[in-house]
Amino acid sequence: MNKKIFLIGNPNVGKSVVFSRLTGIEVITSNYPGTTVEFTKGYLKIDEEKLEVIDLPGTYSLEPTSKAEEVAVSLLKECPPDKSIVINIIDATNLERNLFLTLQLIEDGYAVIVCLNMCDDAIHRGIHIDISALEKLLNVPVIPTCAVTGFGIRYLIKRLKEAKPVLKNKVNHYQRWQEIGRIIETVQHLKHRHHTLREILEDVSVRPLSGLIMATIVIYISFKVVRFLGELLIEKIFDPLFFNFYQPLLEKISLALGQKGFWHHLLIGELIEGKIDFRQSLGVLTTAPYIEFAMVLPYLVSFYLILSILEDIGYLPRLAMLLDNLLHRLGLHGFAIIPVLLGFGCNVPGILATRVLESKRERLIATTLISIGVSCVPLQAMIFGLLGSFSGFYTGGVYLVLFSVLVILGLILNRILKGFSPELILEIPPYRLPPFLLLMKKLFFRIKGFLFEAAPIVLLGVFMVNILLYFNLFEILIDIFAPVIKGLFGLPKEAIIPLAIGFLRKDVAVGMLMPLGLSPKQLFIAATLLAMSFPCIASFLIIFKELGLRDLLKATLIMLLTSTIVGTIVNFVILR
Amino acid sequence: MKKISLVQLKANQKGKIIEIHAGSGLQNRLLSMGISPGREITKLSQFMLRGPVAIKVGRSIIALGYGMAHKIIVEVE
Repeated sequence: MNKKIFLIGNPNVGKSVVFSRLTGIEVITSNYPGTTVEFTKGYLKIDEEKLEVIDLPGTYSLEPTSKAEEVAVSLLKECPPDKSIVINIIDATNLERNLFLTLQLIEDGYAVIVCLNMCDDAIHRGIHIDISALEKLLNVPVIPTCAVTGFGIRYLIKRLKEAKPVLKNKVNHYQRWQEIGRIIETVQHLKHRHHTLREILEDVSVRPLSGLIMATIVIYISFKVVRFLGELLIEKIFDPLFFNFYQPLLEKISLALGQKGFWHHLLIGELIEGKIDFRQSLGVLTTAPYIEFAMVLPYLVSFYLILSILEDIGYLPRLAMLLDNLLHRLGLHGFAIIPVLLGFGCNVPGILATRVLESKRERLIATTLISIGVSCVPLQAMIFGLLGSFSGFYTGGVYLVLFSVLVILGLILNRILKGFSPELILEIPPYRLPPFLLLMKKLFFRIKGFLFEAAPIVLLGVFMVNILLYFNLFEILIDIFAPVIKGLFGLPKEAIIPLAIGFLRKDVAVGMLMPLGLSPKQLFIAATLLAMSFPCIASFLIIFKELGLRDLLKATLIMLLTSTIVGTIVNFVILR
Repeated sequence: MKKISLVQLKANQKGKIIEIHAGSGLQNRLLSMGISPGREITKLSQFMLRGPVAIKVGRSIIALGYGMAHKIIVEVE
């Protein structure tokens, strides 16, 4: 059997960047601990030999404290030490802390090769490390690298074969720290320098008052830029493409199909005043691509660009610290802000990222709050498209309702669920300037993921809906739910169709509200309900996979209850 | 020499960890991140209303919840 190569190291040392360099596989990387919560596999070819490479979630020690760390440690322990090569990636700017895991790995008899990453950054910070002395003291190969630029990777591959288990006594944690102290004294020399601007900014963001001011500025600018870029992309690229090039083509197809009949209904949809209306026609070739490409994609691009920049700079853990207090009251701790922010892009990666949280209770709370109160970009883009033409009161209102629900629900869940919320322990990474190429790769990777996963479901969804509509198969559903929809929410009974379609995809569902001719108040209620009720099918499946059937049922029950209550309250009390 | 908790330590003040009042799970977790008895630390900040505490240990900055900071006893001059 070929040997397996494991990439292991503390959180946020660049394991995934090294992995990409070794295997050519693109994975999401960021500047905060816990970006990788699952393992990724790839292959590395050395002299015609194909070796399996596994990128593990970061861990501080071989005793796991969260689901993500558990994944790392159990995968490593599954494979017998003599069948594995362990590339231990360590952060040169923080040698001391990283060596703890290194020594543990060596003591446990793994064939370890140390990849001393971020060497360039260490030099900038005035840290000099005597590599050959470190190699001698550890008794394993040590290779200096800078994975972001690719420096040292080839040398790392060349020396992989030298990784051999070495005999070393097991010691307790305290003794291990003493040994690390001795190693550091010999191999690391610090040059004293004046504080750089970067260090001053790093400092400012972890202090309460200046941190709060900075967060307000950062969040405000981020929102503005996301909107501005999204609108710019729509106005200058996507709308002209659709209206000037695509529409004339579709009009011809429509004519060729005779402007009515089954196929016309399926592909083009209804003609609005004799013309194709991308927002209302609801055909597989008209509204479906328009929703995905001209309404959702532009905002997705701008959102992920800004999120990626914030991630790579290393700002998010600072935000986590600032929000720790508030989130504690909701049964979470500050770090939960990262899954929440990811959830704004798409709930699926957000829910997956709850793996960095320690307890099952926290994961249930975070998952439920994300599925109810955090609207993904596709949904938000559609809400803006739907309510944007009315006063800002309505769009702002949706956000206000969702935010209030999130806070109130969190407070309640924290009260009624057994257990307590664990304390925050989070390493705050140094600021790093993201290399442009890496940033673009990540953006491309995320957008590609969206296009491949979402677009087929959207097309399929519109296709199915059109067939059901054509054969009037929704009638039963409409009749059953009419009392709730009309009586409680004040919506026309046909609104059950988009609400049901929300289970498939939220953006399609909002798209289906457009032809119903609802009043602003009704649109407001329908949009809020769509945002809060059932998560889309992809999130549903990921909740099942991550939390199991019991918690999925719990979460679903909470969602249904909350959305019914909130829909009714908004209808009867707030917007009377 | 005074023994106080991390919460009582003032911002920008240095201290030496002498005790961590926690179960072995938490002890090990803190240990693996470099927070162990005998280490010199600098407190960077304390967030209001029982918010988290930021400390500098070696070259890393670590944020700790209030309750946890309360359990870490340091010695100051």
